[in-house]
Amino acid sequence: MPLRRSPIRWLFATAAIVLLAACAAHPQWQLDDVQGHLPDLKFSMTNDLGQPVTAATYRGKVVLLYFGYTHCPDVCPLTLVHLHTVLQKMGKAADDVRVLFVTVDPSRDTVPVLHQYVTAFDPRIAGLTGTQDAIAQLAKRYRAFYKPETPKDKAGDYDVTHSSAIYVFDRDGHARLLATPGSSNDEILHDLDILVGQ
Amino acid sequence: MSFALHKMLHAAACAGLLASTAAGAAPSAPANIRVEHAWIRWLPANLPAAGYATIINDGDGMQRLTGASSADYASAMLHHSRLAQGDSTMEMVGHLDIPAHGSVKLAPGGYHLMLSHAAHPVKPGDKVPVTLRFADGTTLQVNFSVLPANAAPSG
Repeated sequence: MPLRRSPIRWLFATAAIVLLAACAAHPQWQLDDVQGHLPDLKFSMTNDLGQPVTAATYRGKVVLLYFGYTHCPDVCPLTLVHLHTVLQKMGKAADDVRVLFVTVDPSRDTVPVLHQYVTAFDPRIAGLTGTQDAIAQLAKRYRAFYKPETPKDKAGDYDVTHSSAIYVFDRDGHARLLATPGSSNDEILHDLDILVGQ
Repeated sequence: MSFALHKMLHAAACAGLLASTAAGAAPSAPANIRVEHAWIRWLPANLPAAGYATIINDGDGMQRLTGASSADYASAMLHHSRLAQGDSTMEMVGHLDIPAHGSVKLAPGGYHLMLSHAAHPVKPGDKVPVTLRFADGTTLQVNFSVLPANAAPSG
């Protein structure tokens, strides 16, 4: 059958180009896409320098929100080290990223302790604290869970069970992605590179 | 519950210590146990720190780790971090078995020694001696290297 440039062929070709463009606009995320499923970033808290901060303070930055506490020697450092490694790999682009480490243990996590803790990992990590109510509200907003456990020794030391997810917001404060401690550095890096470029 | 476990562990350790003292000899080192990549993740503000290591058993019999202690920390407890339905939780562990001709890794996100209340400021670059206690009454002193908070060693 002879080849002919029929209008139908052109239509298919155009459709293919439009589809390709659509794919480029909706990147293949490696983390869980939560766009439209979680509310925009919103809070009113105190940072690890003792300054009042809100979501507007971080507008223009890609924000990673994580709930944790400083008396957490294993999983919280592991998560922060993962994020530190990713930020190192991003190079200059990481200046447009902020990690917000929200304490779920405000009675022990004073501003100075929080400051020493987060800066030991990476300068782009900020510690956030607030009233019990402000922390509870923020956790509820993102369906995060935390619960102080019964003291485990005479010194009164206690652990806090907490959600381990990392919530990723774009520069406009829209919730976009969800990472877990199981997400690889490469997956987080891949998606952050795209988000920072948007 | 976990406190009771801790007490039991303590009692068991004391009993072991008493037994060896009664025998008139210092506790001996366990046969066929080696420890590699022993390190502590330093944290500021005298926060509890986690100790990690690979414990290798070259022997024909299982070895049971029952506890640890260090002159540099008031408390050294065996812990396990667990992720259940997206929640991260820590639990105390009474003992840890190292299988014959096998090894167990104390590694970030799993088993670790929780070292609390440092007797003096500990900093990256330090070596902290930690004594591991086994069920058969033997003990092994291991030097743990203190690494910075954001260290990500492969070992």
